[in-house]
Amino acid sequence: MLGESASPQDVAELRARLGLDRPLIEQYGRFLQGALHGDLGRSLRTNQPVTSAILERMPATIELAAAAMIVAVTLAIPLGIAAAVWRETAVDHTATTLSLLGISIPNFWLGPLLAIVFSIELGWLPVSGRGTWAHLVLPAISLGAALAAILSRMTRATLLEELREQYVTAARARGASRARAVIRHAFRNSLIPVITLIGLQFGAVLTGAIITETIFAWPGIGRLLIQSIGFRDYPLVQGCILLIAVTYVGMNLLTDLLYGLVDPRIRYE
Amino acid sequence: MSKVGATIVLIAIVAALVGPTFARFDPAAQDLARRLDGPSATHWLGLDELGRDIFARLLAGARISLLVGIVVVSISSTVGTLLGSIAGYFGGLIDETISRIIDILLAFPGLLLAIALVAVLGPSLRNVVAALSLIGWVGYARLVRGQVLRAREFEFVQAARALGAATPRILAQHVIPTALPAVTVQATLGMGGAILAEAALSFLGLGVQPPTPSWGTMLNGGRTHLLDAPHLTIFPGLAIAFLVLGFNFLGDGLRDALDPVTRRRAGP
Repeated sequence: MLGESASPQDVAELRARLGLDRPLIEQYGRFLQGALHGDLGRSLRTNQPVTSAILERMPATIELAAAAMIVAVTLAIPLGIAAAVWRETAVDHTATTLSLLGISIPNFWLGPLLAIVFSIELGWLPVSGRGTWAHLVLPAISLGAALAAILSRMTRATLLEELREQYVTAARARGASRARAVIRHAFRNSLIPVITLIGLQFGAVLTGAIITETIFAWPGIGRLLIQSIGFRDYPLVQGCILLIAVTYVGMNLLTDLLYGLVDPRIRYE
Repeated sequence: MSKVGATIVLIAIVAALVGPTFARFDPAAQDLARRLDGPSATHWLGLDELGRDIFARLLAGARISLLVGIVVVSISSTVGTLLGSIAGYFGGLIDETISRIIDILLAFPGLLLAIALVAVLGPSLRNVVAALSLIGWVGYARLVRGQVLRAREFEFVQAARALGAATPRILAQHVIPTALPAVTVQATLGMGGAILAEAALSFLGLGVQPPTPSWGTMLNGGRTHLLDAPHLTIFPGLAIAFLVLGFNFLGDGLRDALDPVTRRRAGP
Protein backbone atom coordinates (compact mmCIF):
# COMPACT_ATOMS: atom_id res chain seq x y z
CA MET A 1 0.00 0.00 0.00
CA LEU A 2 2.91 2.31 0.70
CA GLY A 3 5.17 1.15 -2.10
CA GLU A 4 8.62 -0.40 -1.96
CA SER A 5 10.52 2.66 -0.73
CA ALA A 6 8.35 3.34 2.33
CA SER A 7 10.20 4.32 5.50
CA PRO A 8 10.07 1.91 8.45
CA GLN A 9 8.17 4.51 10.51
CA ASP A 10 5.41 4.79 7.88
CA VAL A 11 5.16 1.02 7.66
CA ALA A 12 4.89 0.71 11.44
CA GLU A 13 2.27 3.44 11.55
CA LEU A 14 0.15 1.82 8.84
CA ARG A 15 0.44 -1.56 10.53
CA ALA A 16 -0.79 0.02 13.77
CA ARG A 17 -3.65 1.81 11.96
CA LEU A 18 -4.80 -1.45 10.32
CA GLY A 19 -4.40 -3.32 13.60
CA LEU A 20 -1.82 -5.67 12.10
CA ASP A 21 0.51 -5.23 15.10
CA ARG A 22 -2.03 -6.87 17.42
CA PRO A 23 -1.98 -10.63 18.11
CA LEU A 24 -3.79 -12.70 15.45
CA ILE A 25 -6.43 -13.91 17.88
CA GLU A 26 -7.27 -10.30 18.83
CA GLN A 27 -7.47 -9.33 15.14
CA TYR A 28 -9.86 -12.24 14.55
CA GLY A 29 -11.93 -11.21 17.60
CA ARG A 30 -12.23 -7.68 16.25
CA PHE A 31 -13.24 -9.01 12.82
CA LEU A 32 -15.91 -11.26 14.34
CA GLN A 33 -17.26 -8.47 16.53
CA GLY A 34 -17.41 -6.16 13.51
CA ALA A 35 -18.97 -8.82 11.28
CA LEU A 36 -21.72 -9.47 13.81
CA HIS A 37 -22.52 -5.75 13.79
CA GLY A 38 -22.56 -5.63 10.00
CA ASP A 39 -19.14 -3.97 9.82
CA LEU A 40 -16.72 -5.86 7.55
CA GLY A 41 -14.06 -3.17 7.47
CA ARG A 42 -13.17 -0.84 4.63
CA SER A 43 -11.90 -1.52 1.14
CA LEU A 44 -8.13 -1.02 0.97
CA ARG A 45 -8.43 0.52 -2.47
CA THR A 46 -11.45 2.83 -2.34
CA ASN A 47 -11.82 3.15 1.46
CA GLN A 48 -15.55 2.48 0.95
CA PRO A 49 -17.12 0.34 3.70
CA VAL A 50 -17.17 -3.29 2.53
CA THR A 51 -20.80 -3.77 3.58
CA SER A 52 -22.05 -0.94 1.37
CA ALA A 53 -19.84 -1.99 -1.56
CA ILE A 54 -21.38 -5.47 -1.37
CA LEU A 55 -24.94 -4.19 -0.91
CA GLU A 56 -24.53 -2.09 -4.06
CA ARG A 57 -23.64 -5.18 -6.11
CA MET A 58 -26.15 -7.52 -4.49
CA PRO A 59 -29.26 -6.75 -6.64
CA ALA A 60 -27.37 -7.59 -9.85
CA THR A 61 -26.34 -11.02 -8.55
CA ILE A 62 -29.81 -11.80 -7.16
CA GLU A 63 -31.35 -10.80 -10.50
CA LEU A 64 -28.94 -13.03 -12.43
CA ALA A 65 -29.30 -16.02 -10.09
CA ALA A 66 -33.11 -15.76 -10.08
CA ALA A 67 -33.23 -15.50 -13.87
CA ALA A 68 -30.93 -18.53 -14.21
CA MET A 69 -33.13 -20.56 -11.84
CA ILE A 70 -36.23 -19.59 -13.85
CA VAL A 71 -34.51 -20.58 -17.10
CA ALA A 72 -33.46 -23.89 -15.58
CA VAL A 73 -36.88 -24.78 -14.15
CA THR A 74 -38.89 -23.79 -17.24
CA LEU A 75 -36.55 -25.76 -19.50
CA ALA A 76 -35.91 -28.78 -17.33
CA ILE A 77 -39.30 -29.74 -15.91
CA PRO A 78 -41.23 -30.01 -19.21
CA LEU A 79 -38.20 -31.77 -20.75
CA GLY A 80 -37.95 -34.21 -17.83
CA ILE A 81 -41.69 -34.95 -17.89
CA ALA A 82 -41.64 -35.50 -21.66
CA ALA A 83 -38.64 -37.82 -21.39
CA ALA A 84 -40.33 -39.89 -18.68
CA VAL A 85 -43.72 -40.11 -20.40
CA TRP A 86 -42.29 -40.98 -23.81
CA ARG A 87 -39.56 -43.20 -22.40
CA GLU A 88 -37.15 -44.89 -24.83
CA THR A 89 -38.41 -42.82 -27.76
CA ALA A 90 -36.74 -40.12 -29.83
CA VAL A 91 -38.02 -37.53 -27.33
CA ASP A 92 -36.27 -39.31 -24.46
CA HIS A 93 -33.02 -39.73 -26.38
CA THR A 94 -33.00 -36.07 -27.42
CA ALA A 95 -33.61 -35.00 -23.82
CA THR A 96 -30.81 -37.28 -22.57
CA THR A 97 -28.35 -35.95 -25.17
CA LEU A 98 -29.29 -32.34 -24.36
CA SER A 99 -28.77 -32.87 -20.65
CA LEU A 100 -25.44 -34.65 -21.18
CA LEU A 101 -24.29 -31.69 -23.26
CA GLY A 102 -25.54 -29.29 -20.60
CA ILE A 103 -23.55 -31.08 -17.90
CA SER A 104 -20.35 -31.40 -19.93
CA ILE A 105 -20.14 -27.93 -21.48
CA PRO A 106 -18.53 -25.65 -18.88
CA ASN A 107 -20.30 -22.31 -18.44
CA PHE A 108 -17.05 -20.44 -19.10
CA TRP A 109 -17.22 -21.87 -22.62
CA LEU A 110 -20.99 -21.81 -23.15
CA GLY A 111 -21.11 -18.09 -22.26
CA PRO A 112 -18.56 -16.94 -24.88
CA LEU A 113 -20.08 -19.35 -27.46
CA LEU A 114 -23.55 -17.85 -26.95
CA ALA A 115 -22.04 -14.38 -27.22
CA ILE A 116 -20.30 -15.29 -30.51
CA VAL A 117 -23.51 -16.69 -32.03
CA PHE A 118 -26.25 -14.39 -30.72
CA SER A 119 -24.41 -11.11 -30.21
CA ILE A 120 -21.63 -11.04 -32.78
CA GLU A 121 -22.91 -13.18 -35.66
CA LEU A 122 -26.65 -12.54 -35.37
CA GLY A 123 -26.52 -9.22 -33.52
CA TRP A 124 -29.68 -9.99 -31.58
CA LEU A 125 -28.45 -9.40 -28.04
CA PRO A 126 -25.86 -7.21 -26.31
CA VAL A 127 -22.45 -8.82 -25.63
CA SER A 128 -22.03 -7.66 -22.06
CA GLY A 129 -23.14 -5.29 -19.32
CA ARG A 130 -26.40 -4.89 -17.40
CA GLY A 131 -29.40 -2.70 -18.06
CA THR A 132 -32.28 -3.96 -20.20
CA TRP A 133 -33.97 -7.36 -20.28
CA ALA A 134 -31.95 -8.16 -23.39
CA HIS A 135 -28.76 -7.94 -21.33
CA LEU A 136 -30.06 -10.61 -18.98
CA VAL A 137 -30.86 -13.29 -21.58
CA LEU A 138 -27.41 -14.72 -22.40
CA PRO A 139 -25.98 -14.66 -18.84
CA ALA A 140 -29.14 -16.32 -17.50
CA ILE A 141 -29.03 -19.09 -20.11
CA SER A 142 -25.32 -19.78 -19.71
CA LEU A 143 -25.68 -19.92 -15.92
CA GLY A 144 -28.93 -21.91 -15.94
CA ALA A 145 -27.98 -24.53 -18.55
CA ALA A 146 -26.04 -26.85 -16.24
CA LEU A 147 -28.76 -26.73 -13.58
CA ALA A 148 -31.40 -27.39 -16.25
CA ALA A 149 -29.44 -30.46 -17.37
CA ILE A 150 -29.19 -31.96 -13.88
CA LEU A 151 -32.78 -31.04 -13.06
CA SER A 152 -34.29 -32.64 -16.18
CA ARG A 153 -32.44 -35.90 -15.51
CA MET A 154 -33.68 -35.85 -11.92
CA THR A 155 -37.28 -35.05 -12.96
CA ARG A 156 -37.21 -37.91 -15.44
CA ALA A 157 -35.83 -40.40 -12.92
CA THR A 158 -38.19 -39.55 -10.05
CA LEU A 159 -41.24 -39.31 -12.31
CA LEU A 160 -40.48 -42.74 -13.80
CA GLU A 161 -40.39 -44.16 -10.30
CA GLU A 162 -43.73 -42.57 -9.38
CA LEU A 163 -45.35 -43.71 -12.64
CA ARG A 164 -44.74 -47.32 -11.59
CA GLU A 165 -46.77 -46.82 -8.39
CA GLN A 166 -50.22 -48.35 -8.02
CA TYR A 167 -51.96 -45.05 -7.30
CA VAL A 168 -51.22 -43.94 -10.87
CA THR A 169 -52.82 -47.08 -12.27
CA ALA A 170 -55.72 -46.55 -9.85
CA ALA A 171 -56.19 -42.98 -11.09
CA ARG A 172 -56.24 -44.20 -14.69
CA ALA A 173 -58.73 -46.94 -13.74
CA ARG A 174 -61.01 -44.33 -12.22
CA GLY A 175 -61.10 -42.68 -15.62
CA ALA A 176 -58.51 -39.92 -15.17
CA SER A 177 -56.91 -38.96 -18.46
CA ARG A 178 -53.28 -39.88 -19.02
CA ALA A 179 -52.22 -36.24 -18.74
CA ARG A 180 -54.12 -35.83 -15.47
CA ALA A 181 -52.64 -39.01 -14.01
CA VAL A 182 -49.16 -37.83 -14.88
CA ILE A 183 -49.41 -34.18 -13.88
CA ARG A 184 -51.86 -34.17 -10.97
CA HIS A 185 -50.90 -37.48 -9.40
CA ALA A 186 -47.40 -38.67 -10.28
CA PHE A 187 -45.64 -35.35 -10.93
CA ARG A 188 -46.83 -33.85 -7.64
CA ASN A 189 -45.20 -36.66 -5.72
CA SER A 190 -42.00 -36.47 -7.69
CA LEU A 191 -41.69 -32.79 -6.76
CA ILE A 192 -40.09 -33.45 -3.35
CA PRO A 193 -36.67 -34.59 -4.56
CA VAL A 194 -36.81 -32.02 -7.36
CA ILE A 195 -37.35 -29.14 -4.92
CA THR A 196 -34.52 -30.44 -2.75
CA LEU A 197 -32.21 -30.51 -5.74
CA ILE A 198 -33.14 -26.95 -6.72
CA GLY A 199 -32.31 -25.77 -3.22
CA LEU A 200 -29.04 -27.66 -3.01
CA GLN A 201 -27.99 -26.52 -6.49
CA PHE A 202 -28.47 -22.88 -5.57
CA GLY A 203 -24.91 -22.89 -4.23
CA ALA A 204 -23.62 -24.12 -7.58
CA VAL A 205 -25.55 -21.29 -9.24
CA LEU A 206 -23.95 -18.75 -6.88
CA THR A 207 -20.40 -19.96 -7.58
CA GLY A 208 -21.24 -20.28 -11.28
CA ALA A 209 -22.33 -16.63 -11.12
CA ILE A 210 -18.72 -15.69 -10.29
CA ILE A 211 -17.68 -17.02 -13.71
CA THR A 212 -20.76 -15.84 -15.62
CA GLU A 213 -20.44 -12.31 -14.23
CA THR A 214 -16.80 -12.21 -15.31
CA ILE A 215 -17.68 -13.32 -18.86
CA PHE A 216 -20.53 -10.86 -19.39
CA ALA A 217 -19.11 -7.96 -17.33
CA TRP A 218 -22.18 -8.27 -15.10
CA PRO A 219 -21.73 -5.90 -12.13
CA GLY A 220 -22.48 -8.38 -9.33
CA ILE A 221 -20.77 -9.87 -6.28
CA GLY A 222 -18.83 -12.46 -8.32
CA ARG A 223 -17.18 -9.86 -10.53
CA LEU A 224 -16.47 -7.72 -7.47
CA LEU A 225 -14.76 -10.76 -5.88
CA ILE A 226 -12.52 -11.46 -8.88
CA GLN A 227 -11.65 -7.78 -9.29
CA SER A 228 -10.83 -7.48 -5.58
CA ILE A 229 -8.54 -10.51 -5.77
CA GLY A 230 -6.74 -8.77 -8.65
CA PHE A 231 -6.30 -5.61 -6.54
CA ARG A 232 -5.39 -7.64 -3.42
CA ASP A 233 -8.20 -5.82 -1.64
CA TYR A 234 -8.45 -8.42 1.11
CA PRO A 235 -11.28 -6.93 3.23
CA LEU A 236 -13.48 -6.86 0.13
CA VAL A 237 -12.44 -10.41 -0.89
CA GLN A 238 -13.27 -11.59 2.63
CA GLY A 239 -16.66 -9.86 2.56
CA CYS A 240 -17.68 -11.31 -0.82
CA ILE A 241 -16.67 -14.85 0.14
CA LEU A 242 -18.40 -14.57 3.51
CA LEU A 243 -21.61 -13.37 1.87
CA ILE A 244 -21.64 -16.13 -0.78
CA ALA A 245 -20.85 -18.81 1.83
CA VAL A 246 -23.50 -17.58 4.28
CA THR A 247 -26.13 -17.39 1.52
CA TYR A 248 -25.23 -20.93 0.43
CA VAL A 249 -25.47 -22.39 3.95
CA GLY A 250 -28.70 -20.45 4.51
CA MET A 251 -30.25 -21.84 1.32
CA ASN A 252 -29.32 -25.39 2.34
CA LEU A 253 -30.96 -24.90 5.73
CA LEU A 254 -34.05 -23.44 4.08
CA THR A 255 -34.23 -26.45 1.74
CA ASP A 256 -34.06 -28.84 4.69
CA LEU A 257 -36.89 -26.98 6.42
CA LEU A 258 -38.93 -26.82 3.20
CA TYR A 259 -38.51 -30.56 2.81
CA GLY A 260 -40.43 -31.05 6.03
CA LEU A 261 -43.13 -28.68 4.81
CA VAL A 262 -43.61 -30.42 1.44
CA ASP A 263 -43.62 -33.93 2.88
CA PRO A 264 -45.67 -34.02 6.09
CA ARG A 265 -44.12 -37.38 7.03
CA ILE A 266 -40.81 -35.66 7.76
CA ARG A 267 -40.64 -34.00 11.16
CA TYR A 268 -37.74 -32.26 12.87
CA GLU A 269 -37.18 -32.66 16.58
CA MET B 1 -20.94 -45.01 -23.88
CA SER B 2 -18.04 -46.18 -21.74
CA LYS B 3 -16.14 -47.23 -24.89
CA VAL B 4 -16.56 -43.73 -26.30
CA GLY B 5 -15.33 -42.35 -22.97
CA ALA B 6 -12.33 -44.67 -22.88
CA THR B 7 -11.44 -43.73 -26.47
CA ILE B 8 -11.57 -39.98 -25.72
CA VAL B 9 -9.45 -40.40 -22.57
CA LEU B 10 -6.95 -42.60 -24.42
CA ILE B 11 -6.63 -40.05 -27.26
CA ALA B 12 -6.02 -37.30 -24.71
CA ILE B 13 -3.35 -39.32 -22.89
CA VAL B 14 -1.54 -40.18 -26.14
CA ALA B 15 -1.81 -36.55 -27.30
CA ALA B 16 -0.37 -35.33 -24.00
CA LEU B 17 2.47 -37.87 -23.97
CA VAL B 18 3.72 -37.80 -27.56
CA GLY B 19 1.85 -34.82 -29.07
CA PRO B 20 4.32 -32.08 -28.11
CA THR B 21 7.24 -34.15 -29.47
CA PHE B 22 5.62 -34.48 -32.89
CA ALA B 23 3.97 -31.06 -33.02
CA ARG B 24 5.16 -28.98 -35.95
CA PHE B 25 5.34 -25.80 -33.90
CA ASP B 26 6.72 -24.78 -30.53
CA PRO B 27 3.78 -23.81 -28.28
CA ALA B 28 5.74 -20.75 -27.10
CA ALA B 29 6.99 -19.56 -30.52
CA GLN B 30 5.40 -16.24 -31.49
CA ASP B 31 4.59 -14.95 -34.96
CA LEU B 32 3.28 -11.48 -34.12
CA ALA B 33 2.80 -10.45 -37.75
CA ARG B 34 0.18 -13.18 -38.23
CA ARG B 35 -1.49 -13.00 -34.80
CA LEU B 36 -5.18 -14.02 -34.61
CA ASP B 37 -4.99 -15.72 -38.05
CA GLY B 38 -7.75 -18.29 -38.50
CA PRO B 39 -7.24 -22.01 -39.19
CA SER B 40 -5.11 -22.74 -42.27
CA ALA B 41 -3.16 -25.60 -43.85
CA THR B 42 -0.01 -24.71 -41.88
CA HIS B 43 -1.68 -23.77 -38.61
CA TRP B 44 -4.57 -26.23 -38.36
CA LEU B 45 -6.43 -24.42 -35.58
CA GLY B 46 -5.09 -20.94 -36.24
CA LEU B 47 -2.91 -18.59 -34.21
CA ASP B 48 -3.64 -16.91 -30.87
CA GLU B 49 -3.31 -13.30 -29.69
CA LEU B 50 0.50 -13.53 -29.73
CA GLY B 51 0.70 -15.53 -32.96
CA ARG B 52 1.31 -18.88 -31.24
CA ASP B 53 0.05 -22.11 -32.86
CA ILE B 54 -3.19 -23.08 -31.10
CA PHE B 55 -2.91 -26.78 -31.97
CA ALA B 56 0.56 -26.99 -30.40
CA ARG B 57 -0.73 -25.15 -27.32
CA LEU B 58 -3.72 -27.50 -27.03
CA LEU B 59 -1.35 -30.50 -27.02
CA ALA B 60 0.84 -28.87 -24.37
CA GLY B 61 -2.28 -27.87 -22.42
CA ALA B 62 -3.46 -31.50 -22.37
CA ARG B 63 -0.37 -32.26 -20.27
CA ILE B 64 -1.32 -29.61 -17.70
CA SER B 65 -4.96 -30.74 -17.56
CA LEU B 66 -4.14 -34.43 -17.15
CA LEU B 67 -1.33 -33.66 -14.70
CA VAL B 68 -3.64 -31.59 -12.49
CA GLY B 69 -6.30 -34.29 -12.71
CA ILE B 70 -3.94 -37.14 -11.83
CA VAL B 71 -2.18 -35.35 -8.96
CA VAL B 72 -5.39 -33.98 -7.42
CA VAL B 73 -7.21 -37.31 -7.71
CA SER B 74 -4.23 -39.30 -6.33
CA ILE B 75 -3.79 -37.03 -3.31
CA SER B 76 -7.47 -36.66 -2.50
CA SER B 77 -8.38 -40.32 -3.03
CA THR B 78 -5.45 -41.52 -0.88
CA VAL B 79 -6.12 -39.06 1.95
CA GLY B 80 -9.87 -39.56 1.67
CA THR B 81 -9.66 -43.37 1.68
CA LEU B 82 -7.31 -43.34 4.67
CA LEU B 83 -9.33 -40.90 6.80
CA GLY B 84 -12.67 -42.37 5.71
CA SER B 85 -11.66 -45.92 6.60
CA ILE B 86 -10.22 -44.82 9.96
CA ALA B 87 -13.44 -42.93 10.76
CA GLY B 88 -15.66 -45.81 9.69
CA TYR B 89 -13.64 -48.59 11.32
CA PHE B 90 -12.94 -47.06 14.71
CA GLY B 91 -16.12 -45.01 15.20
CA GLY B 92 -16.48 -43.05 18.43
CA LEU B 93 -14.60 -39.81 18.96
CA ILE B 94 -12.28 -40.32 15.96
CA ASP B 95 -15.31 -40.76 13.69
CA GLU B 96 -17.05 -37.74 15.24
CA THR B 97 -14.01 -35.51 14.64
CA ILE B 98 -13.39 -36.60 11.04
CA SER B 99 -17.10 -36.54 10.18
CA ARG B 100 -17.52 -32.99 11.52
CA ILE B 101 -14.56 -31.78 9.42
CA ILE B 102 -16.20 -33.45 6.40
CA ASP B 103 -19.55 -31.78 7.19
CA ILE B 104 -17.93 -28.36 7.54
CA LEU B 105 -16.04 -28.66 4.25
CA LEU B 106 -19.16 -29.95 2.47
CA ALA B 107 -21.18 -27.00 3.76
CA PHE B 108 -19.29 -24.64 1.42
CA PRO B 109 -19.34 -24.64 -2.35
CA GLY B 110 -16.06 -26.25 -3.47
CA LEU B 111 -15.08 -23.75 -6.16
CA LEU B 112 -15.59 -20.85 -3.73
CA LEU B 113 -13.19 -22.46 -1.23
CA ALA B 114 -10.67 -23.01 -4.02
CA ILE B 115 -10.99 -19.36 -5.09
CA ALA B 116 -10.55 -18.22 -1.47
CA LEU B 117 -7.46 -20.41 -0.99
CA VAL B 118 -5.85 -19.28 -4.23
CA ALA B 119 -6.66 -15.65 -3.39
CA VAL B 120 -4.67 -16.04 -0.16
CA LEU B 121 -1.85 -18.28 -1.45
CA GLY B 122 -1.45 -16.53 -4.80
CA PRO B 123 -2.22 -17.96 -8.23
CA SER B 124 0.03 -20.81 -9.46
CA LEU B 125 -0.23 -24.38 -10.71
CA ARG B 126 0.98 -25.73 -7.35
CA ASN B 127 -1.55 -23.74 -5.34
CA VAL B 128 -4.40 -24.83 -7.63
CA VAL B 129 -3.45 -28.47 -7.04
CA ALA B 130 -3.18 -27.83 -3.29
CA ALA B 131 -6.56 -26.06 -3.13
CA LEU B 132 -8.36 -28.72 -5.18
CA SER B 133 -6.84 -31.58 -3.15
CA LEU B 134 -7.74 -29.89 0.14
CA ILE B 135 -11.38 -29.86 -0.97
CA GLY B 136 -11.35 -33.08 -2.99
CA TRP B 137 -10.56 -35.64 -0.26
CA VAL B 138 -13.89 -35.01 1.47
CA GLY B 139 -15.97 -36.80 -1.17
CA TYR B 140 -13.76 -39.92 -1.00
CA ALA B 141 -13.71 -39.90 2.80
CA ARG B 142 -17.50 -39.83 3.03
CA LEU B 143 -17.84 -42.59 0.43
CA VAL B 144 -15.22 -44.87 2.03
CA ARG B 145 -16.57 -44.28 5.54
CA GLY B 146 -19.98 -45.56 4.43
CA GLN B 147 -18.46 -48.62 2.74
CA VAL B 148 -16.25 -49.42 5.75
CA LEU B 149 -19.16 -49.11 8.18
CA ARG B 150 -20.76 -52.01 6.30
CA ALA B 151 -17.55 -53.97 5.74
CA ARG B 152 -16.73 -53.87 9.46
CA GLU B 153 -19.58 -56.28 10.14
CA PHE B 154 -18.68 -58.79 7.42
CA GLU B 155 -17.81 -62.26 8.68
CA PHE B 156 -14.37 -62.39 7.09
CA VAL B 157 -13.46 -59.15 8.85
CA GLN B 158 -14.75 -60.48 12.16
CA ALA B 159 -12.82 -63.69 11.50
CA ALA B 160 -9.61 -61.80 10.80
CA ARG B 161 -10.07 -59.94 14.06
CA ALA B 162 -10.75 -63.17 15.94
CA LEU B 163 -7.56 -64.65 14.48
CA GLY B 164 -5.67 -61.79 16.08
CA ALA B 165 -4.70 -59.84 12.94
CA ALA B 166 -3.35 -56.36 13.67
CA THR B 167 -5.70 -53.47 12.94
CA PRO B 168 -3.61 -51.91 10.11
CA ARG B 169 -3.51 -55.34 8.47
CA ILE B 170 -7.28 -55.80 8.75
CA LEU B 171 -7.84 -52.35 7.26
CA ALA B 172 -5.39 -52.76 4.40
CA GLN B 173 -6.10 -56.41 3.53
CA HIS B 174 -9.78 -56.85 4.24
CA VAL B 175 -11.68 -53.62 4.77
CA ILE B 176 -10.30 -51.06 2.29
CA PRO B 177 -10.40 -53.46 -0.72
CA THR B 178 -14.20 -53.69 -0.38
CA ALA B 179 -14.38 -49.91 -0.91
CA LEU B 180 -12.00 -49.82 -3.89
CA PRO B 181 -14.55 -50.34 -6.71
CA ALA B 182 -16.56 -47.35 -5.49
CA VAL B 183 -13.38 -45.29 -5.10
CA THR B 184 -12.33 -46.15 -8.67
CA VAL B 185 -15.64 -44.86 -10.04
CA GLN B 186 -15.41 -41.71 -7.92
CA ALA B 187 -11.80 -41.15 -9.04
CA THR B 188 -12.71 -41.41 -12.73
CA LEU B 189 -15.50 -38.88 -12.33
CA GLY B 190 -13.14 -36.85 -10.11
CA MET B 191 -10.62 -36.55 -12.98
CA GLY B 192 -13.27 -34.73 -15.01
CA GLY B 193 -14.16 -32.55 -12.02
CA ALA B 194 -10.54 -31.61 -11.29
CA ILE B 195 -9.82 -30.79 -14.95
CA LEU B 196 -12.94 -28.63 -15.07
CA ALA B 197 -12.05 -26.84 -11.82
CA GLU B 198 -8.49 -26.13 -12.99
CA ALA B 199 -9.83 -24.72 -16.26
CA ALA B 200 -12.35 -22.56 -14.37
CA LEU B 201 -9.69 -21.16 -12.03
CA SER B 202 -7.26 -20.54 -14.90
CA PHE B 203 -10.07 -18.89 -16.86
CA LEU B 204 -10.60 -16.49 -13.93
CA GLY B 205 -6.85 -15.76 -13.94
CA LEU B 206 -6.41 -17.59 -10.63
CA GLY B 207 -4.82 -20.77 -11.92
CA VAL B 208 -1.95 -21.60 -14.23
CA GLN B 209 -0.22 -18.36 -15.19
CA PRO B 210 0.79 -17.36 -18.72
CA PRO B 211 2.86 -18.21 -20.69
CA THR B 212 2.23 -21.85 -19.58
CA PRO B 213 -0.42 -23.16 -21.99
CA SER B 214 -3.48 -24.32 -20.03
CA TRP B 215 -6.86 -24.71 -21.70
CA GLY B 216 -8.50 -22.38 -19.15
CA THR B 217 -5.82 -19.71 -19.65
CA MET B 218 -6.26 -20.00 -23.43
CA LEU B 219 -10.02 -19.44 -23.05
CA ASN B 220 -9.30 -16.41 -20.90
CA GLY B 221 -7.00 -15.03 -23.61
CA GLY B 222 -9.74 -15.51 -26.20
CA ARG B 223 -12.26 -13.48 -24.19
CA THR B 224 -11.09 -10.12 -25.54
CA HIS B 225 -11.06 -11.42 -29.12
CA LEU B 226 -14.60 -12.84 -29.38
CA LEU B 227 -15.32 -10.32 -32.10
CA ASP B 228 -12.27 -10.68 -34.35
CA ALA B 229 -10.99 -14.21 -33.57
CA PRO B 230 -13.64 -16.61 -32.23
CA HIS B 231 -11.35 -19.60 -32.93
CA LEU B 232 -9.37 -18.62 -29.80
CA THR B 233 -12.47 -19.50 -27.77
CA ILE B 234 -13.93 -22.36 -29.77
CA PHE B 235 -11.01 -24.87 -29.82
CA PRO B 236 -9.81 -24.82 -26.17
CA GLY B 237 -13.43 -25.05 -25.00
CA LEU B 238 -14.07 -27.99 -27.30
CA ALA B 239 -11.02 -29.74 -25.83
CA ILE B 240 -12.20 -29.21 -22.23
CA ALA B 241 -15.77 -30.31 -22.97
CA PHE B 242 -14.61 -33.45 -24.81
CA LEU B 243 -12.15 -34.59 -22.17
CA VAL B 244 -14.59 -33.96 -19.30
CA LEU B 245 -17.33 -35.77 -21.23
CA GLY B 246 -14.89 -38.65 -21.81
CA PHE B 247 -14.18 -39.07 -18.10
CA ASN B 248 -17.90 -38.79 -17.28
CA PHE B 249 -18.81 -41.50 -19.82
CA LEU B 250 -16.01 -43.72 -18.53
CA GLY B 251 -17.04 -43.18 -14.89
CA ASP B 252 -20.71 -43.95 -15.63
CA GLY B 253 -19.69 -47.06 -17.56
CA LEU B 254 -17.42 -48.26 -14.74
CA ARG B 255 -20.20 -47.70 -12.22
CA ASP B 256 -22.59 -49.85 -14.24
CA ALA B 257 -19.95 -52.53 -14.73
CA LEU B 258 -18.91 -52.66 -11.07
CA ASP B 259 -22.35 -52.31 -9.50
CA PRO B 260 -23.49 -55.97 -9.59
CA VAL B 261 -20.10 -57.07 -8.27
CA THR B 262 -20.30 -54.79 -5.24
CA ARG B 263 -23.88 -55.86 -4.61
CA ARG B 264 -22.90 -59.52 -4.64
CA ARG B 265 -19.98 -58.85 -2.33
CA ALA B 266 -22.17 -56.93 0.09
CA GLY B 267 -24.37 -60.02 0.46
CA PRO B 268 -28.07 -60.07 1.23
